Amino acid sequence: MAWRRLILTILIIAPFLWLLAYGFTRDSRYIKSPLLAKPASPFAVTLFDGRKITLNDLRGKAVFLNFWASWCPPCRAEARDLEVGWQKVKDKNMIFLGVALQDTEKDSRAFLEEFGITYPNGTDASGKMAVDFGVWGIPESFFIDPQGRITYKHVGGIKAQVAAAKLEEALKGIVSAQEGKGDYQSIH
Amino acid sequence: MTSLIGHTSILLALLLALLGVIIPIIGSRSDDDRYFAFTRLAILGQFVLVTLAASALIYGLVTTDFSIKYVAFNTTRATPVYYRITGLWGALEGSLLLWEWLLIIFSWIVAWIYRDRHRELMPWVLMIFSIVSAFFLGVVSFVSNPFETIFPVPVDGRGLNPLLEDANMMTHPPLLYTGFVGLTVPYAFAMAALIKGKLDEAWIVTTRRWTITAWFFLTMGNLVGAWWSYHVLGWGGYWAWDPVENAAFMPWLPATAFLHSVQVQERRRMLKVWNLSLIIIAFSLTIFGTFLTRSGILSSIHAFSSGPVGGVFLAFLSLVLLCSFGLLAYRSDQLKGQPELDSMVSRESAFLLNNIVLVSALFTIFLGTIFPLLSEAVAGVQVSVGAPYFNSVTVPLFLLLVFLMGVGPIIAWRKASWDNFKRNFLWPAAGSLVISGILFGWKVRDFLPLLGFTLLSFVVLTIIYDTTLALRARRRIAGEGILGGLITLARRNQRRYGGLVVHLGVVLIIMGIAGSMSYSLEREATLGLKERLAIGHYLVQFEGLKGAQQPTHFRVEGAFRVFNGGDEVGVLSPALKFFPTQQSPVGRAVHRSTISDDLYLILSGFSDLDKNQATLKVLVRPLVIWIWIGGFVIILGTLISISPLGKISPQET
Repeated sequence: MAWRRLILTILIIAPFLWLLAYGFTRDSRYIKSPLLAKPASPFAVTLFDGRKITLNDLRGKAVFLNFWASWCPPCRAEARDLEVGWQKVKDKNMIFLGVALQDTEKDSRAFLEEFGITYPNGTDASGKMAVDFGVWGIPESFFIDPQGRITYKHVGGIKAQVAAAKLEEALKGIVSAQEGKGDYQSIH
Repeated sequence: MTSLIGHTSILLALLLALLGVIIPIIGSRSDDDRYFAFTRLAILGQFVLVTLAASALIYGLVTTDFSIKYVAFNTTRATPVYYRITGLWGALEGSLLLWEWLLIIFSWIVAWIYRDRHRELMPWVLMIFSIVSAFFLGVVSFVSNPFETIFPVPVDGRGLNPLLEDANMMTHPPLLYTGFVGLTVPYAFAMAALIKGKLDEAWIVTTRRWTITAWFFLTMGNLVGAWWSYHVLGWGGYWAWDPVENAAFMPWLPATAFLHSVQVQERRRMLKVWNLSLIIIAFSLTIFGTFLTRSGILSSIHAFSSGPVGGVFLAFLSLVLLCSFGLLAYRSDQLKGQPELDSMVSRESAFLLNNIVLVSALFTIFLGTIFPLLSEAVAGVQVSVGAPYFNSVTVPLFLLLVFLMGVGPIIAWRKASWDNFKRNFLWPAAGSLVISGILFGWKVRDFLPLLGFTLLSFVVLTIIYDTTLALRARRRIAGEGILGGLITLARRNQRRYGGLVVHLGVVLIIMGIAGSMSYSLEREATLGLKERLAIGHYLVQFEGLKGAQQPTHFRVEGAFRVFNGGDEVGVLSPALKFFPTQQSPVGRAVHRSTISDDLYLILSGFSDLDKNQATLKVLVRPLVIWIWIGGFVIILGTLISISPLGKISPQET
């Protein structure tokens, strides 16, 4: 009798433990972005050189839109790589646009100088643009096709190769199935 | 050097813990007392070594020894000494060490108090302690080591999360951990009883005070957590049914059930399997809670660091559940032969019902907490379960519990006769109906709050009525006055009167929750200078903004003059703090408490400083203060029931 109860006990507990173990196979914070394949919400960014860029100005180009801040370690980690990526594609029908979030202008400018960044960069002082794009953390990057549709979203630091590949896809209007995540690790 | 001392102590303690697990097993075949002596020595050794390790970490924190990674991450040179010490539990590694430290302190006290008693059970009790201790020591040695060093040594540390720099950090985590750890004592005795097959009531009687103590700390840990949430987080609430909060609350439910059902076993030798199951569940839930908070398997507003530690906790949880319930199943033949309930109208059945309600509440909260996981595993659908679910399923259960709280302590054991029933409950029931009529006249017309307040008054009246009868008897017998009579009663029957006082505390807490859940007002408006916002009997007038640079952040403060029913009662100044490294500003809400309600102001936004416009959220939350007052009443009740002042009944020794 006791053995039968023992087996019964295990049969009751095991599924519960399995369920908890299953939890490790998924990322509880992951929420599929509803923005993929949707038109990007219009924006107007004032660049650090005083010019203004709007989404409409970028029609016909594949856009790499990167939200960053000078105080964010993964942003620092990806900065050099992004500039290298920009140098490779700047003559194609593609554009990089950096938008600084929750940062002071002085720090932002110092950051751009430190990493020798040449692609257009501006600031989202009101935070409206970040809200429209559902930015949850920094850095986050969006890829927009020539028709103004978001084709891909990347959370966290991004590698130049990934950015280049996704820009090629954006140019062709290929929408990714899901958003990607950075592999940035804090270097303490 | 500090880290070397700390880490070596931990490793040596781990070695002793493993010996403490093995030796009772070897010694079980022999009568030689030296095995037991060594088992105790293993506990003492762990106690000394872990205390050394914890002191080393505290020393490292206080002297800002940034060569220790944990210190570098949780303090800065500017951190006041007070927060350097609380840094011990500011992050995962340190809090695990604190847990282990508390555990081994409890183990050592148990080993010392019962050095000459329970000779049969004690080796196994200490073995269980050593198993749990070995687990935590293993985790802090190899998985999440607080003494890990960092090179090059940073010039300054990173510091605590600004929200954790609060006086409550001193109390909330240690209280909760003490509650969790305290449950290990009855669990260890229960397991020892199962291993030895000594399944009488001895383990329950022995651990009674321990269980009450653990329950008390759990209650306080949760209450202080709620207090912190209400006073510091600044969202106007004290409980959000977040997975992490549920993790802290869930062990409380079986522990409360256990406190009541053991009385049935003591008196009537019933519910043996049930009691053992309850304590296993309560202990498992303390491990489960840590697993939940640290594994990151559920998304929570409490962003804790996660890592491999989740998997280790899951492995230990599996071990605990399978071994404990396996052992229980194995012994189940010996646990039979309980007498049946004599009557459905008796204290036993009231306690049994109380248990069923508490376990149902546990089940619904547990289900709600892991439902997102379940739904994704079974149906592949992402869902989130929030406060509406938890409120709607738990409120009826807790109302039933309140009713039982009135009936349980008063109704007779075995079988309550109609006369007995009438004598005890007629007046309290009539009184609570009168109160409900008065409340109805005061426009408390919604069903649930009206029922809630009626039941709460019923509980209070049963307690007052019962105590009055007892006091009258004291006057007849010994001619004692009210105060003298109360003292005699409390000393003669500490458990009963301590328990009744705790019930009064719980009544106050539920009253506060019911009031604030049902009758809160909330308004949000953007105000220009001297503009007013009316809410309930309050009027709030905007007096202007001011901004100031603080050492660590920029602070914007709005001043609001508050009128209560036309009389000015002062100026409240909620603020927003902008930390350079935080993505969003940290709010500093302010509130004004009275015994009838709290006025709670949150500054949610503002225009440019010179334009003087502020967006303000105002809440009026009735009766909240009674939640905290209830906490103090519970402290009093617990002291009455476990203080050594009274007469200790002989069976307890």
